[in-house]
Amino acid sequence: MTKRAPDVSASPPRSRSKYTLAPLVLIAANVVLFALFFVWPAVIGLVYSFTNYTGVGVFQFIGLDNYSRLFGDSTFFDALTRTLLYTVLFVPLNFVLSLLIANVLVSKHAKGASVARVFFFIPWLLSPIVVGVLWRWLFGENFGLVNYLIEKAGGSAVPWQSNADLSLIVVVVAASWAWTGFSMLLFIAAIKNVPTSYYEAAALDGAGPWRQFFSITLPSIAPTSFIVILLNTIHGMKEYPLFASLNNGGPGTSNNLLVQYIYQTGFKAGQIGYASAASFVLMLILMAVAIIQLMVNRRVENR
Amino acid sequence: MTTTDMPRKADADSARAVSRKRPRGTVGGGLRRAVPATTLLWVLAALYGLPVLWFVLSSFKPAGDLFSLPLTLFPEDPTVSGYKAAWDSANFSQYFINTTIVCVIATILTVGVSCCTGYALAKYDNKWLKVFFVGILATTMLPSEVMLAPQFLVVRDLGLYNSLAGIILPAVLTATGCFMFRQFFLTVPDELIEAARIDGARELSIFLRIMVPISRPIMLTLAILSFQWRWNDYIWPLLMLNDPEKFTVQIGIQSLVGAQNINWSLVLGGSVISMIPLIVVFLVFQRYVMNADINAGLKD
Repeated sequence: MTKRAPDVSASPPRSRSKYTLAPLVLIAANVVLFALFFVWPAVIGLVYSFTNYTGVGVFQFIGLDNYSRLFGDSTFFDALTRTLLYTVLFVPLNFVLSLLIANVLVSKHAKGASVARVFFFIPWLLSPIVVGVLWRWLFGENFGLVNYLIEKAGGSAVPWQSNADLSLIVVVVAASWAWTGFSMLLFIAAIKNVPTSYYEAAALDGAGPWRQFFSITLPSIAPTSFIVILLNTIHGMKEYPLFASLNNGGPGTSNNLLVQYIYQTGFKAGQIGYASAASFVLMLILMAVAIIQLMVNRRVENR
Repeated sequence: MTTTDMPRKADADSARAVSRKRPRGTVGGGLRRAVPATTLLWVLAALYGLPVLWFVLSSFKPAGDLFSLPLTLFPEDPTVSGYKAAWDSANFSQYFINTTIVCVIATILTVGVSCCTGYALAKYDNKWLKVFFVGILATTMLPSEVMLAPQFLVVRDLGLYNSLAGIILPAVLTATGCFMFRQFFLTVPDELIEAARIDGARELSIFLRIMVPISRPIMLTLAILSFQWRWNDYIWPLLMLNDPEKFTVQIGIQSLVGAQNINWSLVLGGSVISMIPLIVVFLVFQRYVMNADINAGLKD
């Protein structure tokens, strides 16, 4: 395919393909970076995943041992299930929140939208570390604002940090809060591109706001919804800094997610080979997720 | 001639955005619809804004007041002692200098390299460019977290371990940046280049003298994004640096939280300090970010 392409374009705009030096000079820096920081690591990562390399000294090829060891490693499986659970909670919550907010922001009835937009955007600017600190401060068990308000309202303090499931939920809420700004931006762009004539026609036919949303807005922004879901899924599967500062994977090790697991086995325990194998399993999962979503997306679009 | 048209297009866009806003208040249906929509909007905005507000206000409370009941929103006697303590105790000024160096250099390099690549991908037809384009696409498929361990080894073998260059250089390669410039240059008419060629301009000077100046809006957008990515980076600097003299702000804050007994006054102060530069950059340049069409797969 790549071979035939230049011939096709060579005939009409001859001038474009006769330049070789200039484009190569222009991309040279990026090619070097690409080779150094992408190709080289990807290749040695794959190679190391079949070895018992520790980062220093000699290593041996041990075939698929790392991979079979991973499948018997309950810590890895715990990290994997926890990561999947986190993603399954985070993606829909973020989707609903950012879509809701985007709709309210573009609504011509809501006053002060341009100011309010900044409120939704600031959390996205904050680093995951600061977001973690902030929510840890809000959800402190003995001192946090949330427990204070709950007790004020007559409830009893909730163990946000010492219960593994609750502490996961706090991270899910924090992540959705922090990522709304980004997804919202994509949704706003998409919603603004829906032709207003659709809505006018629907209004003439007597469709109310809800009907208009489900029959016009939602189908029209399907491609953007797909991108938002895909990006958020990939982001969720790789979450680590937020956990690091919010509860450090705790209580105990119950919320150690995949990237943290890779970090700990690879860099703390010096098992580079094993960590590389875990990385490639993560990559396979991410690619599978992307492919499944692409297939679903195509099926929906063909309908 | 056409050169002056390009920036004007951006102006036209923002003008359209303004005119879109105008009919808002005047549309019939008026108050009956405006009240619930506006209420919903501001309740949501409050939910998003309050955590930050609570956090920032708390950072001005003296350490003793942080946990004193009943909790109050506003500090009774505001103090910056938390900020002072954070700035002094954790060598924050050094972290700030380090992070600023990383952000500025990485951003300049990212914008420059992405601009060159995006232009070449958009305006030249060449077998190797196509191959490289597929390669760039591949980097979005393989997230950097997956390559932590091998990338670490490569950077170490290059002799960049424990140096700021080790953080900066791998970050310069971004598919998002290349895509943004490629998409932009695709919209620039080829005739502009042809005309310059006929006038005898050489390829690289066409790029430097005509193309670089007209791509200023994209440069700014990517610069802001890149600055944000680098300012907020955590895991890669954490791996790369072991000398506290070279730590970045995020590592500094995380090390404050990692302590057994958190000194909240210190942590709150440090965290608020760390978010100021980005918020300032954002507020100054927000119209560029908000108007940017970032529908292309965004990834740092």
